[in-house]
Amino acid sequence: RELLPSLTSAALYHTTIGFRSDKGVRPLSLAGHVGFDSLPDQLVNKSICQGFCFNILCIGETGIGKSTLMDTLFNTNFENFESSHFEPQVKLRAQTYDLQESNVRLRLTVVNTVGFGDQMNKQESYQPVVDYIDRQFESYLQEELKIKRSLHNYHDSRVHACLYFISPSGHSLKSLDLVTMKKLDSKVNIIPVIAKADTISKSELHKFKIKIMSELVSNGVQIYQFPLDDETVAKVNTTMNGHLPFAVVGSTEEVSVGNKMVKARQYPWGVVQVENENHCDFVKLREMLICVNMEDLREQTHTRHYELYRRCKLEEMGFKDTGPESKPVSLQQTYEAKRQEFLVELQKREDEMRQMFVQRVKEKESELKEAERELQSRFEQLKRLHADEKAALEEKKRLLDEDQSSFSKRRAAAQLLQAQSLTANGKKDKDRKK
Amino acid sequence: HNSPTFLFVYGLNKLSSESGTDLFGYVGIEAVLDQMRSKTMKAGFEFNIMVVGQSGLGKSTLVNTLFKSKVSRKSCTPNYEEKISKTVKLHTVSHVIEEKGVKMKLTVIDTPGFGDQINNENCWEPILKYVNEQYEKYLREELHVNRKRRIPDSRVHCCIYFLPATGHRLRPIDVEFLKRLGKIVSIVPIIAKADTLTIEERQEFKERIRQDLAANGIHVYPQKEYDEDPEERILNDRIRESIPFAVVGTDKEHQVNGNKVLGRKTKWGIIEVENVAHCEFANLRDLLIRSHLQDLKDVTHNIHYETYRVRRLNESNMDFSELGLSTWLLENGTADKWESESHL
Repeated sequence: RELLPSLTSAALYHTTIGFRSDKGVRPLSLAGHVGFDSLPDQLVNKSICQGFCFNILCIGETGIGKSTLMDTLFNTNFENFESSHFEPQVKLRAQTYDLQESNVRLRLTVVNTVGFGDQMNKQESYQPVVDYIDRQFESYLQEELKIKRSLHNYHDSRVHACLYFISPSGHSLKSLDLVTMKKLDSKVNIIPVIAKADTISKSELHKFKIKIMSELVSNGVQIYQFPLDDETVAKVNTTMNGHLPFAVVGSTEEVSVGNKMVKARQYPWGVVQVENENHCDFVKLREMLICVNMEDLREQTHTRHYELYRRCKLEEMGFKDTGPESKPVSLQQTYEAKRQEFLVELQKREDEMRQMFVQRVKEKESELKEAERELQSRFEQLKRLHADEKAALEEKKRLLDEDQSSFSKRRAAAQLLQAQSLTANGKKDKDRKK
Repeated sequence: HNSPTFLFVYGLNKLSSESGTDLFGYVGIEAVLDQMRSKTMKAGFEFNIMVVGQSGLGKSTLVNTLFKSKVSRKSCTPNYEEKISKTVKLHTVSHVIEEKGVKMKLTVIDTPGFGDQINNENCWEPILKYVNEQYEKYLREELHVNRKRRIPDSRVHCCIYFLPATGHRLRPIDVEFLKRLGKIVSIVPIIAKADTLTIEERQEFKERIRQDLAANGIHVYPQKEYDEDPEERILNDRIRESIPFAVVGTDKEHQVNGNKVLGRKTKWGIIEVENVAHCEFANLRDLLIRSHLQDLKDVTHNIHYETYRVRRLNESNMDFSELGLSTWLLENGTADKWESESHL
């Protein structure tokens, strides 16, 4: 199966414009039917061909019912498996599904946090979530800045809605909740929900909701507000804004109530029906998230959160729209300047390295020369020693020779003497005999 | 409202698609179509159309007939005098028109002086320059750090080129213009004042024009290479077989068989503009407005604009991926230094 291309928000928003305040444009009346009233239909048909894309991020503790709620919301079984409570760090798991309802194709990506709230030290728990959201913005930005880009074929993975699951303690928000939501409110549309709402009684629920909303306000957390500018949905959105956070119950099991099979949870004391508005706010959540505001969620993600990310990223890299004298600077000029800067820096580095190399070589050379010199002097020394010894030995030899020669002289003399004395004695003997 | 929801598991788990987990029930995904419709109706649409052709071919009349109101420059400038200008100058006029709650800002770009001089060499230059200027404007806005919520779109979405009904072939000026501008903007060529041709003459003329276009490698809208799926191809092939449309324009109404029709009255009969047996105005109108308006804008945005952008960014050697690398190097430069030292 080939990949289904999806309509990115960008293509849609580039085709429309609000021009109420355009000057020099006069309104005209038409003398007959022209036919451009079919434009919204043309646009819609194209979108149907391309398909839609929607990405939901679910943040909540392990076992709070994220997967079950997703299954209930989209009427399917998303093949999730239970996570362990012993994850050393918070991880995010994203899965993509292709859904179809009549002729509308939706590529849904559900991202779940794994191990959220399980660690002993939860200080860094929010970081993987922030990183994930930023990564999606980053890859969109990279694609948008490419020279050869294909934005209309791009699979938009930016998070459009974030469902934050609040534990049904009945008291107030946990500090982990506040910290996490505060870090995320400028990056994603946050919709807080109270999970497993069938554990709270109606009166407690009402107090709980008020407490939660006031805590959010007092901590300056900006959650997603259902839009009020479109008259067709303003009324229902205003009512719904008042019911936040939605208290939901999820279930994929069906129980027979009356003569119908409904999604419900069966307890010995009764049946909690998921789609019964008296029992929980599930239907409201579905209405708001999908039926009424899916398009607005996508639009807000693109025009507000993504633009903020892009602006910050570009400013970080040193780009700005106005130069030092407040003259408009094009990205191109800034880029050229940066590039020159970068090349100059590179050249400087290269020169530095070369210099350093040359210096080291010189050092080594002088070191070696020193060693050579040392060796040379030692050699000379040894040579001298050797010569000295040799001379001494020669001297000794000479003395020995002298000794020897004097000795042999003396011996010769002694022998002569002896010989003379012998002959003298012989003569004496001869004389006696006569 | 109770349409069933089917699940196709994508990518990861191929096995589960066999286990066929399709639970039926209402989710409400199709409501997104209505959301989209109401958002776009509230925001309104923009359309920029350019008309190119020699004076006297009926450009202003045709545009007025297309949009059933006095949108052309002629009709809105008081004390207008038809002067042959010495060079090709472009004039833009914008109007806001509304039909059944759909608001459209229509901009008509007129090109008086095109092909009117004795020496028409390079008469397409101002037009080329204008089209590229609009792309440049859009590109600059898109590259801003602080971007507008909706970038104003002044790019030319469609260019209607008026061919005089000579009955022969394309003239050199036609070939030159179509070749050059066909690469950067969607051109819809039409045969102007087609009431001077009989049906057979018209067919032959069209055939010869199509041959000339093919021989010169000119691709007019709808371009074959941008057909996205077989259905679109079939639809567009049918359109391609009948371009250029032979049109007649008028803003006068006459009585025919008890009905008021738009037409030109002559001594030998009334030419009904919206009658497909008489001329192809209705086909042109349907193509431009009723069925392919959004497509014209999409082709301009996704193909022509992107081509311009690629060329422009390559020219100025702008490669942002380089930048990502450079900032990393600048931050981590010190690490390199010590490493290389140890190697020495």
